Amino acid sequence: MDNAATNNQETFVLNVGPQHPATHGVLRLKLTLDGEYVVRAEPVLGYIHRMHEKMGENRTWAQFMPNTGRMDYLSALSYNHGYAAAVERAMGITVPERAEYLRVITVELNRISSHLVWFGAYLLDLGGFTPLLYAFDDREKILNLLESVTGSRLTYCYFRFGGVYNDIDENFVDGVKEFIKTMRRSLPMYHNLVSKNIILLKRLKDIGPISRETIRKYGATGPVARGSGVDYDVRKNEPYSVYPEFDFEVPVYHEGDSMARYMVRMDEIEQSMRIIEQALDKLPAGPVMAAKTPRIIKPPKGDYYQAVEAARGSFGVRIVSDGTNTAYRLKLRSPSFSNLSLFSAVSEGMLLADALALLGSLDLVIPEIDR
Amino acid sequence: MRNMDFTKLKEQLRPLAILEDVVVGEPPEEDTGSEARVAPEPEKLAAMHEPDYLARGFNLDVRVEAGKVVEAAGILDEHGFFLEAVTGVDWPQEGQLEVVYDYCLWQPQCRVVVRTRLDRQSPVVPTISTICPGANWHERETHDFFGIEFSGHPDLRPLLLPDDADFHPLLKDFKAHG
Repeated sequence: MDNAATNNQETFVLNVGPQHPATHGVLRLKLTLDGEYVVRAEPVLGYIHRMHEKMGENRTWAQFMPNTGRMDYLSALSYNHGYAAAVERAMGITVPERAEYLRVITVELNRISSHLVWFGAYLLDLGGFTPLLYAFDDREKILNLLESVTGSRLTYCYFRFGGVYNDIDENFVDGVKEFIKTMRRSLPMYHNLVSKNIILLKRLKDIGPISRETIRKYGATGPVARGSGVDYDVRKNEPYSVYPEFDFEVPVYHEGDSMARYMVRMDEIEQSMRIIEQALDKLPAGPVMAAKTPRIIKPPKGDYYQAVEAARGSFGVRIVSDGTNTAYRLKLRSPSFSNLSLFSAVSEGMLLADALALLGSLDLVIPEIDR
Repeated sequence: MRNMDFTKLKEQLRPLAILEDVVVGEPPEEDTGSEARVAPEPEKLAAMHEPDYLARGFNLDVRVEAGKVVEAAGILDEHGFFLEAVTGVDWPQEGQLEVVYDYCLWQPQCRVVVRTRLDRQSPVVPTISTICPGANWHERETHDFFGIEFSGHPDLRPLLLPDDADFHPLLKDFKAHG
């Protein structure tokens, strides 16, 4: 830090949040500033801490499923998936192929809707209001589709141990195809109007560079890691479900700046659509629930781990079972927790406005950090 | 452990593992998932073993003494692993608290679990945040939930719990209501 921040001794503390639009939820930042420069940034967490891990010990395995949709409320289905897959691994349940396909289709739709919220909200942070309206228009179509099959619009609880609870119908298939068509028209428009916008480029290019080493040392994953040249996506690197059956790419950018993280998410929307298209084409017939799923879930003693790629990175479930119908210990590893932990180190010496651009590029969902 | 030879990593970790295999009455983990279903008997816990990845979800499981967690973190860091999470497990019958470190490698796929058992009355373990700065928050969280002291940690104030919290909710004797 050889800028103004070190030269002057007069600093002051600026409190951002916990009810501030730029912190998206209830995150608080204690920023020590020297003029406009950040000397020290301290995220203060816990405002929406609900102790999901204790709740996991107090209810049956199946009863905990709705909790998983209430951590990362923007990509709830990935969390359904992680938890269901962890318990299925422990129980040795094989999920019918059609059910896994439906899981992938809905999870990827959810990923797109999550990225669209981030896109709109991030530009709002940066001072552009209009893109939000377009992004939410596209997202609305996904919510309608997911509502028709899962029954809810945000905090989904669609997965069951051994499958999913509801099959899709023709309307859903047609709706998804229609959505992909409109989304393919929207994406170039977003790029034309937003990604190439000179103001956006000035705000994001070379702002908040994160090195590969910082990513690794802090355990950051997801688009944050992939924006720093880390080719790591749980769907590819530790394949689960039926992801190996699809042909898709993992967008990786090497610049490490906020723009790179922006581009990773925009490109992921296209990749998710490719996965959905292939899944619809190859969708096998058959049941959506395993026939032999036991009524009472009692995973055998021992510990188990399952990671899935949520919209924000690697979501991990560590189960310690004592062979009863409740978890002995349920550890939920959420991606934004690690992604945010590098903020203090990276934001040091940045301008306040740039630090907030960096914060938004991390795509935080606070209930998932606080759990 | 597919695709690549982790012999060197295992060689380096083996001296850290608790040398004598111990027998415990209620084992928290078994070597084989499927057989455990029929025979939940006390069994030997290997200090270091490679569980069946498909059944367990991780590739290597190492039990070390509390003093060795930093050295283990250093070795894994050298091999390019990143820290996925740190957490605890309470074993009140045995009077122990377990600390579990999950490590993961970007490529090729490899997950290593390092675990250590502490005395439940005075749980102290050295911090690994000197090696993985990301451990800072994970350890603070574990301190919140279990009261485990991470010696040498720069800042053990509550992270997720209120500032004045004098309880550790994930201990088994902490009863949640409702």
